[in-house]
Amino acid sequence: MAEYHLTTPISEEDARKLKVGDVIYVTGDHVYTARDEAHERALHMFEKGEKPPVDFEGSVIYHVGPVAWQKDGKWKIVSAGPTTSIRMELFEDEFLRKYKARILVGKGGMGKKTLDALKEVGSVYCSYTGGCGALAAKGLKEVRAYLWDDLGMPEALWVITAEEFGPLLVTMDSHGNSMHDDMDKVVAARKAVVYAKIGIKE
Amino acid sequence: MEDPYQVIHDTTFRLLKKAVTELPPDIKAAIDAASKNETDETAKTQLSAILTNLDIAGTGVPMCQDTGIMIFYVKVGAKFPFIGEIKEALTQASRKATKEVPIRPNAVNPIVGGNSGDNTGVKIPWINWEIVDGDSVEITAFPKGGGSENVSIVGMLKPGVGLTGVKKLVVDNALSYMGKACSPNIIGVGIGGGSDIAIKIAKQQLLRPLNDKHPEPEVAKIEEELMDAINSTGIGPMGLGGKTTVLGVKVDYAMRHPASLPVGVAVQCWAARQSTAIITKDMKVTYLTHPMEGN
Repeated sequence: MAEYHLTTPISEEDARKLKVGDVIYVTGDHVYTARDEAHERALHMFEKGEKPPVDFEGSVIYHVGPVAWQKDGKWKIVSAGPTTSIRMELFEDEFLRKYKARILVGKGGMGKKTLDALKEVGSVYCSYTGGCGALAAKGLKEVRAYLWDDLGMPEALWVITAEEFGPLLVTMDSHGNSMHDDMDKVVAARKAVVYAKIGIKE
Repeated sequence: MEDPYQVIHDTTFRLLKKAVTELPPDIKAAIDAASKNETDETAKTQLSAILTNLDIAGTGVPMCQDTGIMIFYVKVGAKFPFIGEIKEALTQASRKATKEVPIRPNAVNPIVGGNSGDNTGVKIPWINWEIVDGDSVEITAFPKGGGSENVSIVGMLKPGVGLTGVKKLVVDNALSYMGKACSPNIIGVGIGGGSDIAIKIAKQQLLRPLNDKHPEPEVAKIEEELMDAINSTGIGPMGLGGKTTVLGVKVDYAMRHPASLPVGVAVQCWAARQSTAIITKDMKVTYLTHPMEGN
């Protein structure tokens, strides 16, 4: 388990070095928020042959709907903990193949479709402690743009400059490993013990 | 006397601000204790991130970006003279909190789409009214996050499965969502009544202090068993492994129909935001969960 301090854009080579259990801190200009609707819009644009307003290659895609406010004409992230990533399982694999983002950040982990795409494209998924919005906001230093604001504050595409954004725990890597799958096995193995405590024999 | 509408409004604004920026002391203490009790490295890291986050939030920043959908519990004395002012005051306070705390606009129209932008709209804020004796009003702001709400369930069980079936439903639910509801969680269970009654009772349990045991020993025993069982799953903080999966399990019940065994399971993330105040008919305000400094 190693600790990395990475600067965006992140290369495929660097992303492939990362393994489950590693901790990452990210600095750089290529940090974008995207939830359900921003993913869908980006994919629609690809289908129509249109170019999104930012280049997602080598970027960090953060599954988050931030609280932000505008002070003296400038947007500032106030609180920005991760949202539940599995919702994006519907289209994350396509998003990765088409746009080659290198680090996904969210909570709760993702499924097999995404894990396969991480392997194919050379990217990782990191878990950020759920609910830690105030802590995350410290690493999201500057809002450079508030795009697709018609989707509303949580679903919009926020363009961010990060400074030592982390700790991001790699829980799915490009080698087919998933800490979430491992945890499923650990918990399944304990089911009999858990059931015994409520009087159920398996 | 101060203007009753203004007092209710200003009190509610403070309740919302305090709810989203500071956990009630018992919940913070429980997370602190869990962090000392964990031996797993990942679990320790997750809990320590939560505690650091709470320190930063205490400066007036929402602890979680999902500041919830606006829910209030209002226990209004039958002789409280300003019942008519409450709904509008809660609505306007939600709007003000959206802009000034700030909290995230979280009221979306499910039919035509679109976010109202100010946390209000059709039937929101949702107010759980209860008429009680007396001449004061107790208001609890309970902004509820979406992640943990998404794994709350109602099970309409066959009465034959008995209490073991009830416990199995709660445990199976915890096993299915793992850490997705931002564990360590607090779980409320409501048994009986009917589908709506069971989940309503379940959610009300989330308002009980963590050290509160159900007064009936049979129910208190179910609470203990469920907590022990779920903490032995190994799911841990954020589902990344550890001893602390729940901080508390609270159970209550209503009589049931002979043919039905409804069970509501309300799941709360660690960011168990709530804040309560009492306003007397003379507009004296007492904050219960988040006292004013110097009081």
